[in-house]
Amino acid sequence: MTQTLRLPAPLLAARNIVTFLLRQPTSAFGVIVLAALILTALFAPLIAPHDPYVQNLNNVLQPPGNGHPFGTDELGRDIFSRLVWGARITLTIIFLVTIVVGPIGMIVGTVSGYFGGKVDMVMMRVTDIFLSFPSLILSLAFVAALGPSLNNAIIAIGLTAWPPIARLARAETMTFRNADYIAAARLQGTSPLRIIVKSIMPMCLPSVVIRLTLNMATVILTAAGLGFLGLGAQPPLPEWGAMIATGRRYMIDSWWLVTFPGLSILCVSLAFNLLGDGLRDALDPKQMNRR
Amino acid sequence: MPDRRPRLRGILGQITTIAVTLLGLLLLTFIIGRMMPADPVRAMVGEDATRETYEQVFRQLGLDRPLWEQFLRYLGDVLSGDFGNSIRTGKPVIEDILHVMPATMELATFAILIGAGLGIPLGVTAAVNKDRWPDHLVRVFSLFGHSMPIFWTGMIALIVFYAALGWVGGSGRMSQFYIGMVPDRTGFLLIDSAIAGQWDVFRSAVNHLILPASLLGYSSSAYITRMTRSFMLDQLGQEYMTTARVKGLSRGQTIWRHAFGNIRVQLVTIVALAYGSLLEGAVLIETVFAWPGFGQYLTNNLIIGDMNAVMTCVLIVGVIFIGLNLLSDILYRLFDPRTK
Amino acid sequence: MQGPILDVKNLSIRYHGASADAVRKVSFTLGRERLGIVGESGSGKSTVGRALLRLLPGATITADTLRFEDADLLALSEREMLKVRGRRMSMILQDPKFSLNPIRRVGQQVAETCLRHFPVSRAEARVKTLEMLAAVKIRDPERVHDLYPHEISGGMGQRVMIAMMLLADPDLVIADEPTSALDVTVRLQVLNILDALVRDRGIGLIMISHDLNLVRNFCDRVLIMYAGRVVETLDARDMDAARHPYTRGLLAAQPRIGGSRAPLAVLDRRPEWQEEMAP
Repeated sequence: MTQTLRLPAPLLAARNIVTFLLRQPTSAFGVIVLAALILTALFAPLIAPHDPYVQNLNNVLQPPGNGHPFGTDELGRDIFSRLVWGARITLTIIFLVTIVVGPIGMIVGTVSGYFGGKVDMVMMRVTDIFLSFPSLILSLAFVAALGPSLNNAIIAIGLTAWPPIARLARAETMTFRNADYIAAARLQGTSPLRIIVKSIMPMCLPSVVIRLTLNMATVILTAAGLGFLGLGAQPPLPEWGAMIATGRRYMIDSWWLVTFPGLSILCVSLAFNLLGDGLRDALDPKQMNRR
Repeated sequence: MPDRRPRLRGILGQITTIAVTLLGLLLLTFIIGRMMPADPVRAMVGEDATRETYEQVFRQLGLDRPLWEQFLRYLGDVLSGDFGNSIRTGKPVIEDILHVMPATMELATFAILIGAGLGIPLGVTAAVNKDRWPDHLVRVFSLFGHSMPIFWTGMIALIVFYAALGWVGGSGRMSQFYIGMVPDRTGFLLIDSAIAGQWDVFRSAVNHLILPASLLGYSSSAYITRMTRSFMLDQLGQEYMTTARVKGLSRGQTIWRHAFGNIRVQLVTIVALAYGSLLEGAVLIETVFAWPGFGQYLTNNLIIGDMNAVMTCVLIVGVIFIGLNLLSDILYRLFDPRTK
Repeated sequence: MQGPILDVKNLSIRYHGASADAVRKVSFTLGRERLGIVGESGSGKSTVGRALLRLLPGATITADTLRFEDADLLALSEREMLKVRGRRMSMILQDPKFSLNPIRRVGQQVAETCLRHFPVSRAEARVKTLEMLAAVKIRDPERVHDLYPHEISGGMGQRVMIAMMLLADPDLVIADEPTSALDVTVRLQVLNILDALVRDRGIGLIMISHDLNLVRNFCDRVLIMYAGRVVETLDARDMDAARHPYTRGLLAAQPRIGGSRAPLAVLDRRPEWQEEMAP
């Protein structure tokens, strides 16, 4: 009974939020680009006209047109097909970073906020240390330590992206740590672990999800930056940042090698920023009523 | 007399916090250094060294001791100003870093001037015209700056403004032709060339600086714009703004003298923090523009795995960040009468 | 100068996006006297005050006549308005905690009125400011001059506000709930200072308040506003002779020390009062 009654409410809210986002041109752009990204990644084999890895040395550095809408690269590979397959890498990065950062930030934040005192002090000190670096520099250092590869880049980004989430989860936890229903659970002898997992974490979830969306633009730019510096995805993987790095040598004569991968990165990161901006408005009740 | 004790305790607390953060920072760089795959001993002794030499150096570096002892030793070295030698050049890394720092600071200083010069007026404009078209325009413009992969924008800008139009200089800090013509006094090329009276070099340096600095500035203006807008909105809704209008001041005067006057302190702290995050953009933009600064030094050493250099670079970035945070805090306390 | 300071006929104000007028067909005149405007929250009394200074962004003001001395307030350009505000007409705002700029010294803020309207040097402005601070009975003007708003009390803050608004010797001062944010103990003190200055200098005063007792003691004439309309105009002396049921309701709802202990009457509000013409 409770299950059937409860389920539609969040779904309804989600639908309302999407409707709201689609009504404004800026956030609608975000929704559409991200939908396109997901579809492209899912149906990459159907969309891409060529194999992203097959070289054709008779057809190198061809300008756009002639069966290659975005031209070919220095090894004769079709750039459009590589971009399409690259969408899968971008999506993988987003997905993996989310499942690394979400739980770490959540656990550190809720535990720290729930227990307070010394636990809180120690954990927040650690968070502060991580926050005292720009994220790209710390990721660089981690990748250098772990060795350059796509997986390590994802781990490194994950390791540097959790502190803001932890800060947020902590602040949220502290607002309802002393709520009556938490006190009631404690009086019944519920273990702190159970209270945190069952009562506090679900309450933090919505704002953490929003924050993750907002941070995704930074994650994508950091991943692309690592790829560009040769510390992320390694050739021949069609990662967009790495594609720009290899195209750099030819950029003066063959502009299409760097232009299209860069536009792809720009679109996706802009989409996340616009979406985050719209989400913030969508979840602000004052704004909702006015429109 | 006002009671000074709480204030003193606040300062002491802050000092402890900073000390603990610094210690954590050192621990973090130490762990990163130990995790690096490159073998520092092999790099020092070379591939052909005998087993005996290898082990002797291994012991000399203290690598046979337990990790905590190695950390204490690292701590002691750093506190006495010894950051180790570069494996590649054999020189102390701190000397190398001090040598490349001015190039980055020159770039970052111009970038922050552009970023603040762009971001602050735009933020004020957006706030004053909230929810009207200038606000939307500013929002899109600054989100764009926030979303662009700066290494890519750098390349596109080079293709357009250097290769195609020829308006600016290309890579590096000046044209190849001028390299070595100006004696290295401060490391800041604009200052050095001005002292030497070499105006051709000066012009060339400006030509090469303008593009990377503008791009960095644009990307940092996004954050400055957003913060300025939200600070201004807070002030514009205040009742004292009405008071100023009742006194007979024009709308422009109330906005600039009263509202903007009141956010100046906050803005300084924001700009200080933005200056720190420019280091991040500098790493990428210096690679694109072959700018011989801190960012390029860091990435080069990352790729060849020079442990000491990387550890020290990361440490310096952390210290700069902590320092800027502290500075903005102090500025706030000094200039906002309400904190006294 | 003879004749009324202010002549208002059929003033209506509508906020943009609102479905009804916030103020509807309000008419009154003001000589060298003290006029009270009384009404409950949302009755439009503060809106009238701000409309006179043309400080209502996002609202449309219409009137048959809106004359301030020799000036038609509706026809003045914004540039001409700047010479009216602060110099000839000013307003005392409600709460000094918010209406003074928190990070400027008190004296600087008072002096700004002087510097804005008279061709004086900073030193001359300072002398005038100190005189004015003394005139509002601030005992140590030199010291208060250099304090920040958070360092002075509410009563002191409101005296600073009065000094700021009377410095240029205007002909009309609007006091918008000047004492409702103050402690009961200093209210009377502040009002007496304002009253004395207004009388001495022959300044017209509009006192906007929800407190009928306060207004009847400090004003010559009272307008009662309800839902954006003036329902009754009375001489303060004749208050007890009020005819309109709303005014009578307001009077009945005033607690009195030593009065009956029965519960106070609840205000009667009838929709037809919104339409009925004022007598």
